[in-house]
Amino acid sequence: MLKINNMTMRFGGVVAVNKLSMEIEKGQIVGLIGPNGAGKTTVFNVVTGVYKPTEGEVFYGEANEKISQLRPDQIAKLGICRTFQNIRLFKELSVFDNVFIGGHLRLKSGLFSSVFRLPKYTGEEKKMTEKAEYLLEKVGLYEMRNEKAYSLPYGMQRRLEIARALATEPRLLLLDEPAAGMNPQETQELMEFIHDIKDEFDLTIFLIEHHMEVVMGICENIFVLDHGNLIAQGNPQEIQSNERVIEAYLGVE
Amino acid sequence: MRKKSLKDSLWLKVGLLALALVGIVIINLFLDSYKVKVLNLCAIYVILGLSMNLINGFTGLFSLGHAGFMAIGAYTVAILTMPLEAKEMNYYMKPMVPFLLNLNLPFIFALLIGGLLAALFGFLIGAPVLKLTDDYLAIATLGFSEIIRIVFINLQSITNGSLGLKAIPQMTNKFIALPLGLSPKTNLLWAWGMAILTIIFMQLLMKGSYGKAFKAIREDEIAARSMGINLFKHKVMSFTIGSFLAGIGGGLLAVHLGTIDPALFKFALTFNILLIVVLGGMGNIYGTVIAAIVITIAMEALRFLDEPINLGFLTTPALPGLRMVVFSLALMVVVIFKREGFLRESLEKVLEKVRGKYAKNQ
Repeated sequence: MLKINNMTMRFGGVVAVNKLSMEIEKGQIVGLIGPNGAGKTTVFNVVTGVYKPTEGEVFYGEANEKISQLRPDQIAKLGICRTFQNIRLFKELSVFDNVFIGGHLRLKSGLFSSVFRLPKYTGEEKKMTEKAEYLLEKVGLYEMRNEKAYSLPYGMQRRLEIARALATEPRLLLLDEPAAGMNPQETQELMEFIHDIKDEFDLTIFLIEHHMEVVMGICENIFVLDHGNLIAQGNPQEIQSNERVIEAYLGVE
Repeated sequence: MRKKSLKDSLWLKVGLLALALVGIVIINLFLDSYKVKVLNLCAIYVILGLSMNLINGFTGLFSLGHAGFMAIGAYTVAILTMPLEAKEMNYYMKPMVPFLLNLNLPFIFALLIGGLLAALFGFLIGAPVLKLTDDYLAIATLGFSEIIRIVFINLQSITNGSLGLKAIPQMTNKFIALPLGLSPKTNLLWAWGMAILTIIFMQLLMKGSYGKAFKAIREDEIAARSMGINLFKHKVMSFTIGSFLAGIGGGLLAVHLGTIDPALFKFALTFNILLIVVLGGMGNIYGTVIAAIVITIAMEALRFLDEPINLGFLTTPALPGLRMVVFSLALMVVVIFKREGFLRESLEKVLEKVRGKYAKNQ
């Protein structure tokens, strides 16, 4: 599904990610963990095209298409979508519009048929509207659809971001700290929700998370980064007993 | 249920706009020519305000190149509609190129061509400069606008250079005007007709998926492109449409004034439109319309400020330009205290109240 090959990301003299190679299989839930500043979000930014890697490549899909030189919007069209660590909603727009816009990239009608509301466009718009409403119901925000996005409480904003990402019809969904700032109850719900959308939309999920119960609870495969280096990889049991991971997280005497 | 009310409100709007058009015709019958001219200018500023709001307010591109695109529209309309005699009279320093000398088109075609040429230039300029953001975009578009102006000064055999063009024919249409009992000059009808079309167009554009994508770009570029919106393509779209409307506005302005020259299309003209956009509220269609009308009328009404004022105990000397200080102050107040513009909040509150009542009645 996704293959990162010997990827290095350098910012001036700082090496954020160093020669990272990893592979994600279709249908998995994969976690990426590591201490603060380990380079996790940088990996997401490289995969989604926000950064072009200094070295190495990223491949995606059954055809193993090279995506590391593509623009973010092209990558989104191929079916990789993400949420952001520091929520990036379209703040002044309504909750509904946020999700509706997520579907814009699949729109086939041109500007002309959109403005003059030709049947081709109105048909598509109807489908986009229905999809957006369905997704809002799915994340429990249907009642809030006319509110402005910034007015939502934090937890709802996170869910709205996921709904917006789902509206792009991704096959690989990248979640950057989806449980940040959530209480245990919400975290539990989130884990169920992630499983739920994975099955329903046939997704592969790649997530960054600090809540260990989330990572250990739902991820089949975990990668651990420390100072830009991949230090471990494996299933939750393997990671929990890995000495280098414990070292990185707790430090050594 | 929800969809139905949406459709209803669209028809309501169309009805209101039609009513406005009829009202304008009636006004044309009863007001003197000076007031008609002011109203005409209002319509032109509505179009210009909306076109700049599309680029700056809705798409979030800080562009200051409006005067340039207006110049293209204005000159196109002037050159294409002027009869041969008027051209020969104008181009006395350097004769006009023969091809254009004999070209004479009906006003509506000239206006459309003016808009399309402005759009073409918008597209060509947009392609390189829309890679820039924020202040850099503002500087680059401002520069391009000046370049257009300088080119027009130097293309003497086409634009008549800094001498400008005089005696641009007024828009007349006996078929429309006579049965309605208007004088054959139908500037007002054209200008408001175009303004209303522009309002409807903007409504439809912003309601659709592309309009929403423009707003998404304004809100957060990084999120927008991560959601698969091709930033560059959408920015060029918005910029080109905005340039088209600026060209239309420029064409109407040329006819309204009857005489144009390159000095008219300096930055001050862009500033006037920016004033409307900022006071009316960035990304607010009806705010822009109201601001355009209020500011245009105020610019005329405040003319007494430029003249000597008798305060009873002393008479101030004439201070040409003092009225502009009022607008500059208003602009500062808005930027400091109310960035969303004077009208946005109040208008939304009114609309919400209406909606609330409507919902209760159901």
